[in-house]
Amino acid sequence: MSDAVVPHRAEDHRAPAGWFRRALDSDIFYSFRRSRLTMVAAAITLLFFLLAISASWLAVQNPFDPAQLQLMNSRIAPLWTADGQSPFLLGTDEQGRDVLSAILYGLRISLAVGIAGVVFAGALGIALGLVAGYFGGVIDTVIMRIADVQLTFPAILIALLVNGVAKSLLGNRLDEMSTLGVLVIAIGLSFWVQYARTVRGSVMVEKNKDYVAAAQLIGLPAPKIMFRHVLPNTMGPILVIATINLALAIITEATLSFLGAGMPDTMPSLGTLIRIGNNYLFAGEWWIVAFPGIALAGLILSINLLGDWLRDALNPKLR
Amino acid sequence: MTKPVLSVRNLEVEFVTRRATLRAINGVSFDIAKGEVLGVVGESGAGKSVTGLAVIGLIDPPGRISSGEIELSGTRIDHLPPEEIRRVRGKRIGMIFQDPLTSLNPLYRIGDQIVETIRTHSNLSESAARRRAIDLLAEVGIPAPEKRIDGYPHEFSGGMRQRVVIALAICAEPELIIADEPTTALDVSVQAQIIALIKRLGRDHGTAVMLVTHDMGVIAETCDRVAVMYSGRIAEIGPVQEVVRNPLHPYAKGLMGAIPTLAGEDKRLVQIPGAMPRLSAIPPGCPFNPRCAFVFDRCRVERPEPIRQGDQSVACHLFEPAKETAA
Amino acid sequence: MLAFTLRRFLQAIGVMLAVGVIAFAMFRFAGDPVNQIVSIDTSAAQRAEIRHSLGLDDPVLVQFGRYFINALQFKFGVSYQFRLPVSSLLAERMPATLELAIVATIFAMVAGILMGVYSALRRDTVLARLFQAISLIGISLPTFLIGILLIYLFAVTLGWLPSFGRGEVVKLGWWSTGLLTVSGWKAIIMPAITLGLFQMTLIMRLVRAEMLEVLRTDYIRFARARGLTTRAIHFGHALKNTLVPVITVAGLQFGSVIAFSIITETVFQWPGMGLLFVQAVQNVDIPIMAAYLLMVSLIFVTINLVVDILYTVVDPRLRSTVGRAA
Repeated sequence: MSDAVVPHRAEDHRAPAGWFRRALDSDIFYSFRRSRLTMVAAAITLLFFLLAISASWLAVQNPFDPAQLQLMNSRIAPLWTADGQSPFLLGTDEQGRDVLSAILYGLRISLAVGIAGVVFAGALGIALGLVAGYFGGVIDTVIMRIADVQLTFPAILIALLVNGVAKSLLGNRLDEMSTLGVLVIAIGLSFWVQYARTVRGSVMVEKNKDYVAAAQLIGLPAPKIMFRHVLPNTMGPILVIATINLALAIITEATLSFLGAGMPDTMPSLGTLIRIGNNYLFAGEWWIVAFPGIALAGLILSINLLGDWLRDALNPKLR
Repeated sequence: MTKPVLSVRNLEVEFVTRRATLRAINGVSFDIAKGEVLGVVGESGAGKSVTGLAVIGLIDPPGRISSGEIELSGTRIDHLPPEEIRRVRGKRIGMIFQDPLTSLNPLYRIGDQIVETIRTHSNLSESAARRRAIDLLAEVGIPAPEKRIDGYPHEFSGGMRQRVVIALAICAEPELIIADEPTTALDVSVQAQIIALIKRLGRDHGTAVMLVTHDMGVIAETCDRVAVMYSGRIAEIGPVQEVVRNPLHPYAKGLMGAIPTLAGEDKRLVQIPGAMPRLSAIPPGCPFNPRCAFVFDRCRVERPEPIRQGDQSVACHLFEPAKETAA
Repeated sequence: MLAFTLRRFLQAIGVMLAVGVIAFAMFRFAGDPVNQIVSIDTSAAQRAEIRHSLGLDDPVLVQFGRYFINALQFKFGVSYQFRLPVSSLLAERMPATLELAIVATIFAMVAGILMGVYSALRRDTVLARLFQAISLIGISLPTFLIGILLIYLFAVTLGWLPSFGRGEVVKLGWWSTGLLTVSGWKAIIMPAITLGLFQMTLIMRLVRAEMLEVLRTDYIRFARARGLTTRAIHFGHALKNTLVPVITVAGLQFGSVIAFSIITETVFQWPGMGLLFVQAVQNVDIPIMAAYLLMVSLIFVTINLVVDILYTVVDPRLRSTVGRAA
């Protein structure tokens, strides 16, 4: 029957140029151009990425390098206020750190942790989903039960626990870079479930199709063929999950850092900057917390808007 | 002759969409007298249900009644203010929908739903309304109504639920019942009972009934008169005997030919070639012209108006000369 | 019905066992319980002796059994930082967290349902659009930013509300409540709003979506055809059907509210379990972390159980199908 026909058109994978051209006049791109809010959100997201990438050229100082910080420059108000001083456009914090530079570098950390966390969560979730869906039985039950249980717990709690355990195991060996790694793992372990469920569902559907049996009959490696079909089929939903999860991952990292369980003061992310700045709010030094806060809020809001739009645009394919 | 219970004149219903304004009902006129059962037949999308909804004032935006008149016992009820048409609904017009499984709110006991309806339309006390509800359930043939009244909808079978729906439709003694495909969702074995019930209630209470269906068998068995709809218009309307035995409109002919009869088993069933046009692509002239075996030039340009043929009325150019000779 | 409840109950116990294994693994392998007792200059021999006396050289399964039995009696060991039993620390902090979570949930439900119903019934009004915008912000802004913003507005700039703490507390037996004093109420306003905002957004979106869905159903159309008043249709039929899934979600969210109070309590220095937990993570106080995990899981699992059972009470369909299946 029609199920026996191998569903994917080969040119989808072979000709990236044709794929790109088709993407340009696809419904998705059309709906993208239709929504002005989405275009603004995309522009802001892109701007944040560019700022993060070019942080070292744009910043007036390297906020991670203690040698470049001078205490005499501490707590300077933003440039446009009466007490402002050049070159500190958004003022400085108590260590004489330029707030704008700290935001640019912090943005870089936040994005790096967020993206790495999402990639790790995605890889873990897709792998577990494939395994659960393909093998079924006990393996499937165990993986999906863990997923069920984990889904009832908020990600932030899991991330905090992973963080605490890692701290306890590593103790003093935990420097800035390994903290970064711990954060990525904590976020990855908190967000894998959705990917696993999506991929598993898709594998289950595909597994029962005739072409898999047909492939096995003629001696083709069935898993390989299946996954080649499963993965493209789930690309849309996975992209939506990843986009929405990127915002969540960034929030989670910021929250961990705000709670003092994330990036240290010596290598601050946006969340760390907000924690530091929060201490000076009562002293009237609002800029130390306000600008990192605005940056974080803007970043998350625009990624969320993109994710919402992507979900709606892909919706007919989702269900 | 007394005034008909329902009188619809030149009804038009439009749906305004982003691309175009679609006319779902286009110049429909008919009457239903007291105690009379009018069957409305046609394919899906012919405008049968929309006609029923228009009468009871439930056409929701983007749809609207764009012209025409609807009179209930002599008073206009189209374009009444929302609060006034609400008082007509349920009290003077009862409605029965297709699917009894989804017509009742699953979270309320059926008794509560009946009592609520009765008390909306009268000032009976709670206990009086409840007694009336039990009587109604008995009247529509629900066994042990004093017990079943406290049941939830899911505890009833499909046929029993449709009986509850009918009880709800008649609980304020309406002048008119609109039954929109009341048996389509039911088992064949139950269909006849429900139809018989509607017919009996109409006769006992002198209620006019508008029975929307696509089941010609039901029409032949139940109705006094029948209207055949096609593409938002009435192709033919007349006493059920005449229309079934001697259909005039080519479409009605095809439709009647499509009824399997026990007597004529050796006869092949007539098929109407093609499908009814979508609302967005109704051809000019007579909407049936692309499928009509008797089509001629005039059908493609001029819209046929209803023409009287004895007790029947037919919208077809084939009968034009007859009108001229009569004039 | 009984079999359903029983099955649910067994599942809940299974989950608790799994969480117990994790908590035990943390307690035993991530933190060294000997450190709870000894100081830096304790010799290796003394350490080994303590290790033996604590039974830490017993087989792991025996140790797990012991931990489990202790946990059943709410004995979670001794905090590294405070040198006090974890259970008494948690018990002392629990009322603050529960009060905050309950007030936040009530706020979230009342505001969320009102806004959701309004934006479903008056879909294209300015206010409905405003609610939609608020909901987007509520979902997008991290909790701690909202808290900081509120503090800046109402504590720093206007000086109306306190920026930290519970205000004046009254003791009712072992329970300490801030809900009997004016200062307690003043202190809970901002934390409750901060904590409840996300849930409010969630409930509002859910109510709106569910209500729009319900308004399209056949029984609503039939209710209109019966001539019921708009009020009876919207607030009797539609709202009741909308609230069934909403109650479930709100109930299930209560556990999350307690877990999310970690953040709110940190922002407002609210002396609850969440703040204790964050300090434990910062100071690598494993016994508190493990105990907190167990406590929160217990609350979660209990709520899930209760909501599942309540659900069958609210929805008559489930009641009988579940009963029949049993």
